[in-house]
Amino acid sequence: MTDPRIFDLPEADMAWCPGCGDFKILEALKKALADMDMAPEDVVVVSGIGQAAKTPHFMKCNFLNGLHGRALSHATGVKAANPKLTVVAIGGDGDMYGEGGNHFLHTVRRNPDIANFVYNNMVYGLTKGQASPTSPRGMVTPVQTRGVSSEPVNPLALAIVQGATFVARAFSGDVDHTAETMKAAIKHRGYALVDVFQPCVSFNKINTFKWFKDHTYRLGDEHDSSNRSAALALAMETERFPLGILYREEGRPTFEDSLGIYEKDDTPLHRRSPDVDKVRETIDSMA
Amino acid sequence: MASGKDLSVVICGGAGYGVQTVEDILAKVLKRSGYHVFATREYMSRVRGGNNSTEIRISSTPVDGMVDEIDLLVVLSPGVRENIRNRITKNTVIAADRSSVGEEFEKTDGALFDVALGEMAKEAGGAVYANVIAAGLVLGITDASTDQAEEYFRSRFGKKGDKVVDENRSACGKGLELGRDMAEKFPDLAPPEKDDTSSRRVMNGVQAVSLGAIAGGCDFVTAYPMSPATGVLAFAAQNASEFGLAVEQVEDEISAINMAVGASYAGASPMVTTSGGGFSLMYEGFSLAGVAETPLVAHLAQRPGPATGMATRTEQGDLNLAVHAGHGEFPRLVLAPGTIEEAYSLTARAFEIAHRYQVQSIVMTDQYLLNTFRDVDPDDLTAAKPDKCLVTSGPGYRRYEDVPNGVSPRSVPGLGKEIVGCDSHEHDEEGHVFEDFDLRVRMSDKRFRKGELLKEDFVPADIRGPENWTRLVLCWGSTGPIVSEALKDLELSDTALMRIRQIWPVAEDVVAAVERADELIFVEGNHDGQLENLIRSVTGRSAQGHLRNYCGLQFSVEQVRMGLSEILG
Repeated sequence: MTDPRIFDLPEADMAWCPGCGDFKILEALKKALADMDMAPEDVVVVSGIGQAAKTPHFMKCNFLNGLHGRALSHATGVKAANPKLTVVAIGGDGDMYGEGGNHFLHTVRRNPDIANFVYNNMVYGLTKGQASPTSPRGMVTPVQTRGVSSEPVNPLALAIVQGATFVARAFSGDVDHTAETMKAAIKHRGYALVDVFQPCVSFNKINTFKWFKDHTYRLGDEHDSSNRSAALALAMETERFPLGILYREEGRPTFEDSLGIYEKDDTPLHRRSPDVDKVRETIDSMA
Repeated sequence: MASGKDLSVVICGGAGYGVQTVEDILAKVLKRSGYHVFATREYMSRVRGGNNSTEIRISSTPVDGMVDEIDLLVVLSPGVRENIRNRITKNTVIAADRSSVGEEFEKTDGALFDVALGEMAKEAGGAVYANVIAAGLVLGITDASTDQAEEYFRSRFGKKGDKVVDENRSACGKGLELGRDMAEKFPDLAPPEKDDTSSRRVMNGVQAVSLGAIAGGCDFVTAYPMSPATGVLAFAAQNASEFGLAVEQVEDEISAINMAVGASYAGASPMVTTSGGGFSLMYEGFSLAGVAETPLVAHLAQRPGPATGMATRTEQGDLNLAVHAGHGEFPRLVLAPGTIEEAYSLTARAFEIAHRYQVQSIVMTDQYLLNTFRDVDPDDLTAAKPDKCLVTSGPGYRRYEDVPNGVSPRSVPGLGKEIVGCDSHEHDEEGHVFEDFDLRVRMSDKRFRKGELLKEDFVPADIRGPENWTRLVLCWGSTGPIVSEALKDLELSDTALMRIRQIWPVAEDVVAAVERADELIFVEGNHDGQLENLIRSVTGRSAQGHLRNYCGLQFSVEQVRMGLSEILG
């Protein structure tokens, strides 16, 4: 077991508000990676835009901090170019489910071997408190002045219905459980979603630390995570939200598998040389 | 009648009548028989019906341009549209089944040769063979080798069994007889002389772009299907295992380019292929590639816009879109091949430069070029050995090191032991967000020093004409060979043609030629004169005349010849 401090970036200029749930998620992430004996150069953290998406600037590892909503596309590209890398895609609920909603839907279907951690605080933090796709109905904000009128996105149900092979939820208030869930997601071969509840101390006065405490519960051993219908039923629960691995399916081919180019040769693309002679042969075989 | 050196054949028919098959048979059999062939297709945005056409020029010397003149019009189904009817002259011979087309050609100038295509097709084995009979008819007029025709059907349909091969061969044979009858009846339809074309290869624009990309080191292709760019995606997908390409049809163009940026960051050599509407969706990701300095190539296959415009037609309306692609400022390379050979070479070059300077290249083609095929000399398909220009990261490695020429040493995750960062924000040398105004200026200057290198390491323009030229005709992309043929016909002793192949950044050779010229004439396939405006903005020189076409079809040689004659008085 490695010391999580190898992922520390001492000179980082932390931009999160004091008391933000993101700190605990970052702590859990470093712990998860260290527990798995990973080194900073083995890992690529890919993110979009938002407070959560700043994560790779606050830790030591390879990183691609790209565009709002596009982290899953970036991450899929990274993994496809080099399946040997451990690829983690990080963003907030607005980034992943709003701006990136279409990519979320199709990344689930594509099943790349990446772990997707969504810091879900049910509000837009970076732009100061507008509704996010997971904001509860009725929440009043500077923009949704009559209260949120749309139904919140149910990311877990959506992922399960679209065929995700790993679907889980965690709460930033429980670092150890979050880290364990993250480890399982990283180890999972295929797309793995962990929706991490987290309070926004500045802008969400409804879904507070206490609210999450009161409205979540840990899944017990009796839940069979290979049972898709049972997982979906749990994902549909909205009175109290279950924490843990709702669904896990092993053995489905990943996106990288389906590309076919790694079947006989697992060399990453950057170490391969194109076979230019074959281009000549192809031209010569033409009419 | 064609000037004696080539025969212009147009085949017309609704979608589903197999015009493309006729094209394929003729291209291959005629080329293997020793003719030079050129063909280009125009088609409607529909899967069945309508009326599409392909023009095939059969020649004793290589030809590379579309002409209006039709020596032989072969009609597969009624409803030939005005764009073809307008081109029928008293010299045009029309081969059509009167029982099917009725009075359609009664009032045209061309001479009708009634062929019972429908009846004969039934005899040959079914209505589907009408197109093969038509192909045979064209072969019968020429001196094409019947052995080559047999060989073609064996190789194309052999897998489907002897019956299919025999039916095709017999249909083609019926056509051949018809063609010989016609050749006797219309002696002016005589085909050109043969040549030795054995070392030449028939290639279309789609194949040229795709193979050029692979020769340039492309190993990753993402796209959302969009005419006319889809062919390149299909070629990549069909040849993925042969060439070790990662290929994905993604949910939208936004994902296509962002996946490509991710792949490039991790060491792939990606290409996205799209048309104007799709490329506008890619702007955000293109800007990301710019600030992140991740090499990538965008193949931008033009069609008329705005928005959906004319989905299956051609135009050169996206020059501004390419030159100004993205938000903010960053250097990029824009190349515009004009020929099949250049579609190969410049696409490969786009990869070479993208990696050498860690920039983004745009290769601009269009529907006309992609759907044109021609016999080419394989030796003219040139490409440098692919090189991703990567370094192994060592201690103290910083991805965005501020080096004198602006080209920071590029490593990728897993190549060396150090961290590789990549950011959409303005960043420090390690790639971390650091909001500092001096850093912003330093990093922006670093990126733009690479832009200077693109001006120095440029693709020269193709300038041809008499040594003492004073007038310069300028064009870009697929109109080039057409303007070239038109100018050859005009035999002007004071006029040279400059085909600009590197659109952006505008290089010294273009500036020098423009400054030398007394008179500038632009020929381009758009309404606004986008190249003309670009050259004026760079050189301050205005044009003395221009010829523009934005109807959705490519210029013809005659159109350019007449247009230039009018401008020159």
